[in-house]
Formats: sequence, structure tokens, C-alpha cells
Amino acid sequence: MSHTIKGKAWAYGNHIDTDVIIPARYLTSSNEKELGKHCMEDIDVDFYKRVNSGDMIVAKENFGCGSSREHAPLAIKGAGCSCVIAASFARIFFRNAINVGLPIFECPEAADSIETGDEIEINTETGTIENRTKGKVFSVTPFSPFLQELIERGGLVPYVKEQLRSERVEK
Amino acid sequence: MARTLVSTIIAAHSTGSPQEGEICKVRVDFAFANDITTPPAIQSFKAMGAEKVFDPLRCAVLPDHFTPNKDIASAEQAKKGKEFAQSQKMLYWEVGRVGVEHAFLPEQGYILPGDIVTGADSHTCTGGALGALSTGMGSTDLAAVWALGETWLRVPPTLRVDFVGERPGWVTGKDMILALLGRIGVQGARYMALEFGGEALSCLPMDDRFTIANMAVEAGGKAGIFVPDQTMLEYASKRASRRFTPLYPHAQASYLRRETIDVTNMEPVVALPHSPDNVKAVRACRPFHIHQVFIGSCTNGRFRDIEMAALLLEGKKVADNVRCIVIPASYEVYNQALEKGYIKIFADAGAVVCTPTCGPCLGGHMGILANGERCISTSNRNFVGRMGHSKSELILASPLVAAASAVTGKLTDPRDIATHEFFTRLEGK
Repeated sequence: MSHTIKGKAWAYGNHIDTDVIIPARYLTSSNEKELGKHCMEDIDVDFYKRVNSGDMIVAKENFGCGSSREHAPLAIKGAGCSCVIAASFARIFFRNAINVGLPIFECPEAADSIETGDEIEINTETGTIENRTKGKVFSVTPFSPFLQELIERGGLVPYVKEQLRSERVEK
Repeated sequence: MARTLVSTIIAAHSTGSPQEGEICKVRVDFAFANDITTPPAIQSFKAMGAEKVFDPLRCAVLPDHFTPNKDIASAEQAKKGKEFAQSQKMLYWEVGRVGVEHAFLPEQGYILPGDIVTGADSHTCTGGALGALSTGMGSTDLAAVWALGETWLRVPPTLRVDFVGERPGWVTGKDMILALLGRIGVQGARYMALEFGGEALSCLPMDDRFTIANMAVEAGGKAGIFVPDQTMLEYASKRASRRFTPLYPHAQASYLRRETIDVTNMEPVVALPHSPDNVKAVRACRPFHIHQVFIGSCTNGRFRDIEMAALLLEGKKVADNVRCIVIPASYEVYNQALEKGYIKIFADAGAVVCTPTCGPCLGGHMGILANGERCISTSNRNFVGRMGHSKSELILASPLVAAASAVTGKLTDPRDIATHEFFTRLEGK
């Protein structure tokens, strides 16, 4: 398994809400690819056309505030993004991203320095974000042990699956 | 350990004695999803290998966002939720009986003091008005709750907010929560619980409290919770669908921070585009011209909200070129408004009254804005594109400000068109 994520950054500001990540008018589908076509549409009309597979969204404070719609991290994945780096995340989006397997990294210093177009390399094993364009390296705030375990087990779906299976064995 | 209200509730629902900041597993009393969030929840539920929900009478599907279904895609989505609910023998209601989820569930006594409630909708925090830890989650998290009857939570730090002073009749729950948002900002309570208290709450009606709890998530809060008092316990006891045990914060509870808001000299306020914390007194704003007024949603579609708007509009007309849309948040509210003659007042004034739905609030249907249009809305979010075109604008306001503005066609302080006696009469209602 590779521990490296490489891509070009698309930088945004504070409080990027779920309504701009995926507007409600598209919520008659929960298909990742369909949702991806409209990702960030209301603040960046051509985002889907310009984003390349593996690129990443970089934002400042409170990314993903607003709705509980899991369609938001799905849309980001569907647009082909590899991950999101932000100074901070809103709590429901944070849980949703982990649950649907969208890698997220909390790092205020990196979020502050990265600009659109910068080439970024993330090493998930060492927990570092390298801005190759600017020649700077940052450390990611590590997840709590419980969240790390959840991610290592493949997210909430396999985690619950395992729990249900062991309950059935006990019975 | 002296616990805050949220911490007390979490401790009562877990096996250990979790401390603030710790992640723990908790039992869940009630879990629900809507027409948008149920389909992905079903998908996760099946992928988990789950067969049965943990308790069909504590799990619910409430179609309310695009219902009555606006198109074929939304109809298919609602149908999936209905078939799943029926196959699980879960709680489910059809249009004509259900209302906006966060208005309907407390009315029907499914959210109760001391509960932990999870909903696949961010405004699940509305249930905090009943002294419950009621919190929004995504569909996969909700599926896990349906499968296991439990979830993981971090014990959040608490920001305690005390409302003090004597509340004038023109100050509503909406003005109070907007004032708080204006002070602490949209991430002022990120990852925290808001605990509401203070003497000004003692005579605050339940409907206003639901409005305050509803917008806790607009400050980034996990919950916005009221300490049980007589008003709350009377409301809950009359409606409870099962037994409940109210819980309270400890006297020496340690709060991360405290805020005090004096309501005595508070003016009607609004949140200007495009953020719920962009709060200003109506009289300090320029008189923005408007194209639409929306009175409804899980924030302000309850009986008292509809009543305040109707009494203000009585004998008046909605301004030419303004669309005024009124949506009672549930059929209980709709029928009460009908009995009181309020629906006729709206119709006579030139407003349209629609069947309960979340529709316009999220730019779903029944009130979408065009390029360049501006709406005064009693809902909870004024994000870019929230109610339609990305170049439309939303101003968040109380039902009084919304109704006053409908009459003049521009942003208006209700005191400019109603008398002091009017507000005194409101206080008595």
C-alpha cells in the first residue's frame, strides 16, 4: 500500500459549506460520479472541468460546515480529488469523510501556505505535507487512537460488519 | 467529576465514566433519516451485513425535503426510504401526516428529556430544546446506529450561554440565537455543546426554544441543549411516546467558556448574506428591497411563528411584486392555524400557504430564487446558492421581521408597522 498522495492544490478560504461543495438541487442522486460533476459548482463553476485526478482541495477554517449530507465528501471523491487539507473541519463533515473513505488532513500551517496550483506531496506514514512548489514541509495533526483504528479497519462499514459478525458468533 | 448537561447525558448512556475529550460508545434512544439521507443509509446498512434495525419503534424514516415529491428522481428516492421502513416495520409517515422532521418528532413525543438522539440531518440539534443530546450525523453513521443501537461520541467541552434580562415582545427566539451567532461566529462552538440557561428563558415559549436549539449547528455545535424546567417537562409529559428521565447539569460543572446575553434592550436583528453570523440590527441595515419572503422551516415554522406572522399581517396586504410563502412545519401547526383563522389571514393578505415541506429552505422546491433575487427567510442558512441561483441573496430573520418586510417590500423592523399594544398582546400569547 502506497503511503504517498501527490497532486495539485485547489485553494479556498474559510467556512466552505456543504451547499457549495454539492448544492441541494443535485441531491436526488447519491452516486459519487454524478455528484462529482457538480462539486464546488456554486463558487467555482468550472471546478469539475479543470480538476485532474489526484488533485486536492485545500481550505482554511471550518471546511464542510452546514448540512449532514454525506453527498459532500462523495462529490469530492467523485470529482477525482485525492484528499482535503484544511486548517479545521466542521464535525459532521469530519465524521462523514472518514466514513466514506475520503482522506482528510488537519494542518493550519499547510492550509495557510498552499496556493492554487502548488504541487503537494503527502506522506501518510510520517504525517507530513510537502509543498514542493514552495519547498516547505508541514506536520499533520494526528488523529486520536480510536479514529486511527477506525481508518485502519477500513472505515465504519467494515467496523460495524465485524461487530455484527462477532455478536452473531456469541449468540 | 462535576458534569455539564451533555456530559451527564453521555455518562448515563455509556458503560464507563467518560471524561471530557474522551471518545466513548453510547446507547441511542432514537435515530432517524429523511428522504435525502435514507438511501445512502440503506446502502451502508446493507454493506454492514445488517439485517434488522435495533428497535423498529426507535428508528424512523421521515420524508420531508423534496416531498411532496418534486420530480421522478425524488419520488424514486422517497420510495426507497418507504420500502425500507416498511420492510423493517420502522416508524414511517406519508405526506399529509408527517411534517418537517425537527418539528414533527418533538410534537409526537419521540425526542424526550435525557435522551440521546441521532438524525441524519444537521438540524437534529433542534431536539436540544427538550433537554436531549440530539445531534446530526451522516448517513453511514446513522446506518451504524440503526444496526447497533449505539454510536461513538467524543464528550464535548461545553459553552454555557445565559440569557438574562426582561424580553420585549419584539424579541423572539430567532433574534436571541442570531445575536449569539453574531457574537461567537459560525465556528464559535465547533466540536462543542452549547448549554442554554438564564432567567430570560423561564418565560420563553417552547417554540422559541426550538428555534434557538435549531441553530446551534450554525455555530458549529454538536448540540444546543436546554436545562429542563417546568415549561419543558409539561410539554414533554403531555406528548411523550415512552417513559423518560430528565437529566441536569451538576451545580459545579466546569464550562469551557461562558457567554451572557442581556435581552432587555435587544432589537430585532437579521443575518445578512452569506453567513448566519453576519448579524446586524434591522434598523442599522439599509432598507434592502426584496422579491420574496419565506416563513417556515424547522427553524421558524411552528405555531407561535405562524401566529406572530399572521397577527402582524392581519388586515394588511403583501406588497406588490413580492411573493410571500408561508409553510407550517407540521400538520398539527397547519390545522391549528386553520382553526384560528390564520390561513385565511395569509390568503387575504396575498400570501401563499403550502403543505409542510423543507422545500424552499434548501433550494429544493416551492420557492427557488432566480439570478439577482433577494429573499427574507425565517430559515437557518443563507449560504451562497442555498435557496436557488448562486447570485441570489438570503437574509435570515424572525417571523415578525419577515412579515413586516412582506408588507413594505423591503427589510423592515416590525416596530415600524406595529404598535406597542401589538407586542404586549404577543407577550401574553
